Amino acid sequence: MNIHIQGWLLALPAVVLLATFTHIPAIKTVIDSFFSTPHGTRPARFIGLTQYHSLVADPIFWRAFTNNLLYALITVPLAIAFALAMALWVNGKISGRAGLRLAFFTPTILPMVAAANIWLFFYTQDYGLLNQIGRAFGFASVNWLGDPTTALPSLMAVTIWKEAGFFMIFYLAALQQVPPDLYEAARMENAGRWQVFRRITWPMVMPTTLFVGINALINAFRVVDQVIAMTGGGPDNATTLLLFYIYQVAFTFWDLGYAAALSTVLLTGLAAVALAQFFLLDRKVHYR
Amino acid sequence: MHSVDVRSITKSWGVTTAVADVSFAVRQGHLTVLLGPSGCGKSTMLRMIAGLEEPTSGTIEIGGRDVAGLTGAARGVAMVFQSYALFPHLTVSDNIAFGLSVRGAPKAEIATRLAKVASLLGLEALLARKPSQLSGGQQQRVALGRALIAEAPVCLLDEPLSNLDAQLRQDLRREIRALQQRLGITMIYVTHDQTEAMSMADDVILMRAGRIEQQGAPAELYDRPATLFTARFIGGAPMSFLDLDDGASGAVIAGTTSPILFAGPGKGRVLGLRPEDVTVDSAAAPGTFHAVVTAVEYLGGEALVTCRIGERPILARVRGKDVPAVGAAVGVHWQPSAAHIFEASSGKRVATEFGSATRPKLHTVSH
Repeated sequence: MNIHIQGWLLALPAVVLLATFTHIPAIKTVIDSFFSTPHGTRPARFIGLTQYHSLVADPIFWRAFTNNLLYALITVPLAIAFALAMALWVNGKISGRAGLRLAFFTPTILPMVAAANIWLFFYTQDYGLLNQIGRAFGFASVNWLGDPTTALPSLMAVTIWKEAGFFMIFYLAALQQVPPDLYEAARMENAGRWQVFRRITWPMVMPTTLFVGINALINAFRVVDQVIAMTGGGPDNATTLLLFYIYQVAFTFWDLGYAAALSTVLLTGLAAVALAQFFLLDRKVHYR
Repeated sequence: MHSVDVRSITKSWGVTTAVADVSFAVRQGHLTVLLGPSGCGKSTMLRMIAGLEEPTSGTIEIGGRDVAGLTGAARGVAMVFQSYALFPHLTVSDNIAFGLSVRGAPKAEIATRLAKVASLLGLEALLARKPSQLSGGQQQRVALGRALIAEAPVCLLDEPLSNLDAQLRQDLRREIRALQQRLGITMIYVTHDQTEAMSMADDVILMRAGRIEQQGAPAELYDRPATLFTARFIGGAPMSFLDLDDGASGAVIAGTTSPILFAGPGKGRVLGLRPEDVTVDSAAAPGTFHAVVTAVEYLGGEALVTCRIGERPILARVRGKDVPAVGAAVGVHWQPSAAHIFEASSGKRVATEFGSATRPKLHTVSH
């Protein structure tokens, strides 16, 4: 048998699965975004870029977009910073580091809904953990998730808490790949701790930072379960993120055409991020 | 003047002792080799001189100053690592200048020193490259450059050539030695390769199981090995060892009716002979030991001939043209002064008197 046919046959199960559940729906979504939403007797008809025009004019879309951008710009660097800090800590020679590593990783194992419920308890007005602690120090009770100014930062805190432990594992692996000789060579030159970090550790874990950063960025635009479990997008769309908005448009308002247009925009954005990773940043990062 | 003074240094981890009460001094501008098999403590010793490890007890003085608590540049030492330990993300020039820039040296000074080191090591054309774009020998040069740029009075090298092929190793050996002599640097060089030690060193410190086995100029270790261990370790082709026995009027080679080697007891002693001291003749020649050729290792200009005297093999180095056939009966002989006699139990060298039998003679032939 022809080697090419053989190869394709071997790849067939994966191709079928990916095509059925990923590629065909994605293309279908792009096509759907140029049609109106079918209603009962009225079938979908081609309306060109109309969905996109209404998207540009939709204040809630822009709210969701800026929310999401803010969400990404704050959670990604913070999660990375915490992950690296924790990894540096548990990579050192300290007693009980296995327990520490496990402790840092635990949030990752928890299902989002479970984690969300734990944090709901922390955030609850009056008798939530945060407010109880705050009260002990004489602070007024804050409605963390009910106040538009604190709701989004509260969600961000949960994300950082959950992601940092996961990313820590990657950093831990990266740190253990750095040859100890390099640190000894730096010690021979009497380099200080900060210099060692800035000149050796940081550049050596750069590939991991890139990998983690891209993943965190993509994750930030894919958050939906947390919003559903904790705030439902409120108050006053303060916590409405893009994917949650798409979910709402599609399955609460049943405006499938508009949801398809929103999805296409999101998809394009994420694809651009992925491409940037492959073509732009790859070259500037040192790989061993 | 002593550049490095090591005084009863001991290093132990729990119950394991890597270095046990070692003392030695390295003179200014000398190249001292710490030689020994793996696990003998030589690298640990070097790391303690570098300040990467703290000794359990004992003191190290560099340039007359107790350097406890200081590391590397602060105690006036630089180091070349076995793996080179080049920073893979930095260019050659950044690698070499790393130490100076970390310590905040002025840019102009870094540039002049970098240029000097680069021309010294022939690295001018490679300065903009990353270590991964260099060959093993070039990487080694960069590592050397990084150690030399600060002009630290003492330079430590930890098996710097072990990752290179034989030809390159020989070239770099000469180059490092020439550089060291030209710049007058005090070097401490760790290796397990006796050839490197013999060809480069002013002083060799042979270590075994955390202790100094013998210390001296290469020729001293070669000519008068103080122990069986030294005798075995030093020398290109291995020394042959023959057990001795008490003969009628002196020591003889065990299991043979060989001539008397020297007056005195032979039992419990071992005769050591370097292949280059052993001459192979036709069996008929008088004053020789009867032997049978069992193997010949042809090396070009010369050959290593394995002969059997009694039960034991003895190696002889002969010229490539004069190789006897395998199975031939030959006579072997050597200068009495070339014989090294050791106590078998302690391994210590025995000061033998060759007075009564200055030359081995065939005076007891019995069948």
